[in-house]
Amino acid sequence: MEYGRASSRGDILSNFDFSTTLGNAFFNTPIFTASGCASSGKELAQFFDLRDIGAVVTKSVMNKPRYGRPTPRMAETPSGMLNSIGLQGPGIDAFLAKDVPWLIEQKSRVIVSIAGETVEEYATLARKVRSVAGISALEVNISCPNVENRGLVFACDPDASRRVIDGVRRTIGGEIPIIAKLSPDVTNLPEIARGVVDAGADALALINTVLGMVINIDSMRPHLGGKTGGLSGPAIRPVAVRAIYQVHAAMPTVPILGMGGVTSGRDALELILAGASGVSVGTASFGNPLAVIEIQRELRELLTAKGFPTLKSAIGYAHRVEDQ
Amino acid sequence: MVEEIMSLINRSAAQMNATVLANKRVGQYHQIVFGIGDLVKSCRPGNFVAIKVGGESSRMILRRAFAISRVAESVSFGGTMELIVAPHGAGSKWLCSQAEGSEVDIIAPLGTAFGIPTQSVKALLVGGGYGSAPLFGLAEVLKARGCQVDMLLGASTGAKIYAPMEGKRSVNSLKIYTEDGSMGEIGRVTEPIKALIEKREVDVIYSCGPMGMLSAISALAAGSDVVHQCAVEEAMACGVGICMTCVLPVLGEDGKVAMLRSCIDGPVMDGAQVQWNMVGQVPEVTS
Repeated sequence: MEYGRASSRGDILSNFDFSTTLGNAFFNTPIFTASGCASSGKELAQFFDLRDIGAVVTKSVMNKPRYGRPTPRMAETPSGMLNSIGLQGPGIDAFLAKDVPWLIEQKSRVIVSIAGETVEEYATLARKVRSVAGISALEVNISCPNVENRGLVFACDPDASRRVIDGVRRTIGGEIPIIAKLSPDVTNLPEIARGVVDAGADALALINTVLGMVINIDSMRPHLGGKTGGLSGPAIRPVAVRAIYQVHAAMPTVPILGMGGVTSGRDALELILAGASGVSVGTASFGNPLAVIEIQRELRELLTAKGFPTLKSAIGYAHRVEDQ
Repeated sequence: MVEEIMSLINRSAAQMNATVLANKRVGQYHQIVFGIGDLVKSCRPGNFVAIKVGGESSRMILRRAFAISRVAESVSFGGTMELIVAPHGAGSKWLCSQAEGSEVDIIAPLGTAFGIPTQSVKALLVGGGYGSAPLFGLAEVLKARGCQVDMLLGASTGAKIYAPMEGKRSVNSLKIYTEDGSMGEIGRVTEPIKALIEKREVDVIYSCGPMGMLSAISALAAGSDVVHQCAVEEAMACGVGICMTCVLPVLGEDGKVAMLRSCIDGPVMDGAQVQWNMVGQVPEVTS
């Protein structure tokens, strides 16, 4: 099939199949929030109906309550920002008791994101998530850059990545899909991706933030309380497109939840053409709380205008081999 | 309690394109008036607005937060919102350069508001620099409730004092302090507060300004039964509670310190609960 030449056909918009799947989880639309950029959904519910998007991906939660890193936690950079939150959160027990039931009550689709300091902590978190009904998928964030010890960024080490996913897989069984969230700060991303898929990940979330630093020229010291931070926003979009393209080329059947600087429908389409089955909107929500819903509308219009009959037909379309 | 606040907070917030109706320089600041229509009905003293800056192709991706100085409703302009902006960084400079008639993308009203007493009380309003801006709108509301409203304004120098003529009508007294003595009395705005508290001439202190000033006022009010409501200032990325960057250590009712967001748990907070000595740190983990 060749797409991209058809004219806009507004009449088929309503029938357009926008659905997607990540492992065995089905979503009506491919646009999601990004973990750490929507808290637990309540704050954005003021601006749009959470039922209208693919799913809310909640902020990565750890086993115990956590204060996070000291302020300043943020620095705006050209077309981006650095953050150094350090996984502040209520802990898994309070989160599952309060935040998840609220989301399910709103009839929102929920992807819970977990983060741990040890392989055992991830398994404990997975066991607790398994005990709650109504969760669509589990994101295993093994790539948060804002931890005290960079050695704890599991996703920078193929062996550590595999061990975390293996532990989660054994604990959670086959009920809900596991999405492994990976870091772009590695030399051979497809190798790490293959390792976590072999260990039982059903899908991959690409990419987490890129490690960076800003030095304040008045104090002449690192600006952030945590010194280093994660770079996000449009500045990193080409890194995300590259990462998704490389991993999709290596493993075309593994679904990818793509993210990294998506601010418009055309940005979302770029990630989908590279191989993403779904797209998370993160930093764009900070500048525009309506970003998720606006990007979703723009993507739908753009896919239709380009003549794609379904969302799925656009996934990885940039990899096609031209017919002779 | 927090849950209750969560369900109410930002309930009236909306995004809109607001027209710049007036933009004039006042000392070192710009007084900018926007047409915001019926949104004024939801704005309370203490609320803030988040504004998209730099235009469509800007490399500045985050909104800028500004305290709402005053809102008004008039026959000719409908609902209007006034901001006092210091052109410090690239974003605020862009905003100050917007001509009358241009359209600006805003989200308002955001955050908590100053608590307004149900009875007439003796209120002391303390502003540092352009932190005085939201206090004039507050003074009007307090005055309408029959409160006695005294105001203290301070800055390093006279050009950094914001005290409009019309604002002075809504206060019973206004004293100005500058560190260089170029306007009002020489010294810091916090100097007379101790005596006012001891003489029981104040029931509630409302403050807005630099964190050092808010912290000093909290220390002066500690141990007395004076309530201190302060509007805090921390760097924000989103302004709507999702990014977790603007946190402050605040003592909760459960006796534990939590890192609260100054955008939705504030900007107006109880000065006695903010752990001023721990700002820029995180509590020790005990368990």
